[in-house]
Amino acid sequence: MTKEWPLWEVFIRGQHGLSHRHVGSLHATDAAHAIQNARDVYTRRKEGVSIWVVPAADITASSPDDKESLYDPADDKVYRHPTFFDIPDDVGAM
Amino acid sequence: MYAQMIKSEATQDDPEKLATFQARIDAGEKIEPKDWMPAGYRKTLIRQIGQHAHSEIVGQLPEGNWITRAPTLERKAILLAKVQDEAGHGLYLYCAAETLGVSRDELTEMLLDGRMKYSSIFAYPTLTWADMGAVGWLVDGAAIMNQVPLQRTSYGPYARSMVRICKEESFHQRQGFDIMMKMANGTEAQKRMAQDALNRFWYPSLMMFGPSDKESVHSEQSMAWKIKMNSNDELRQKFVDQTVPQAEYLGLTIPDETLAWNEEKGGYDFAEPDWSEFFDVLKGNGPCSVERIEARQKAWDDSAWVREARLAHAAKKQAAKVAAE
Repeated sequence: MTKEWPLWEVFIRGQHGLSHRHVGSLHATDAAHAIQNARDVYTRRKEGVSIWVVPAADITASSPDDKESLYDPADDKVYRHPTFFDIPDDVGAM
Repeated sequence: MYAQMIKSEATQDDPEKLATFQARIDAGEKIEPKDWMPAGYRKTLIRQIGQHAHSEIVGQLPEGNWITRAPTLERKAILLAKVQDEAGHGLYLYCAAETLGVSRDELTEMLLDGRMKYSSIFAYPTLTWADMGAVGWLVDGAAIMNQVPLQRTSYGPYARSMVRICKEESFHQRQGFDIMMKMANGTEAQKRMAQDALNRFWYPSLMMFGPSDKESVHSEQSMAWKIKMNSNDELRQKFVDQTVPQAEYLGLTIPDETLAWNEEKGGYDFAEPDWSEFFDVLKGNGPCSVERIEARQKAWDDSAWVREARLAHAAKKQAAKVAAE
């Protein structure tokens, strides 16, 4: 069995002014090839104005087990949200 | 459906972990690739998504058959676009399966050596141009029935690929119905072709949903895991109820003398397909089963040099780049 083509993650900017969004993955031998394949697989209906491809092996992801240490500290900091503060109606829009 | 007779794998995991996992699914949470999941969930999904992907890929063959013989340049361009979509759907699904730890080559090899199946519907031949209409209208119509609810399936990558697929599938069904309208309103000979296509594709389309729930012993676990969203009978009924008025609109007759509206249940009563034929097709004895796998095997073998050459070219370019730095 021959070696498989590496896996790439594909990100597409849907419209000018929006950020790139992950849309899926594909196999390709190099970056130019990945862009070419991403064009065929993910933008057949003008879904984007810009494509990013990243070798999947180069992505570092947080582990589901780290959920508590990463996100729990935010639980008791509700004051970070504007709705924490009661502003009297008389003050008007703020 | 595109994935038929998927047997849920037994799972022998830590009961506590299983309970937490089930609670997440019951709460409507999505399971993502790096999350803990029962071994049975993983194995069942690989088989289900893999079979779904294979169906998309093999499903290109009966339609590819007509690309060079489409009646007009416009029809040819549309059919090409549709077949290209099927390839895309296969790729989305293969990638979803790969997140579960199986490789693309392994999946392909399992299809070629018969360890994995594809949908029974694609083992039938497409004999006339009207079959392109019937396939889009009935086969893609049946697929949509199943794929729309699967957008809510519990496995994140599978659900997301379903969202993309459903967006595109509606074009497929409508282009099929458009062909049928043209044929059904055409000459006597064209009408006969349209009716003949419906006659041949009706029961195989009903088979796509799989055997009756009474005989389907695998559903319960898959339903609990939310990788199967509706029962086979439920979806088949929905499909018949939707399709009969469409056939009436076309002025075509569903090849089922027992077909009748049942006021009480608010749906049609209809004849079951011949299930012995279904099991036979699934075993690889369909009219085109051998031809389909031969075509896949040939494509795989003939493109081996391309897969190797592209890798070699990329390695050479990389080496040149490193040398220049």
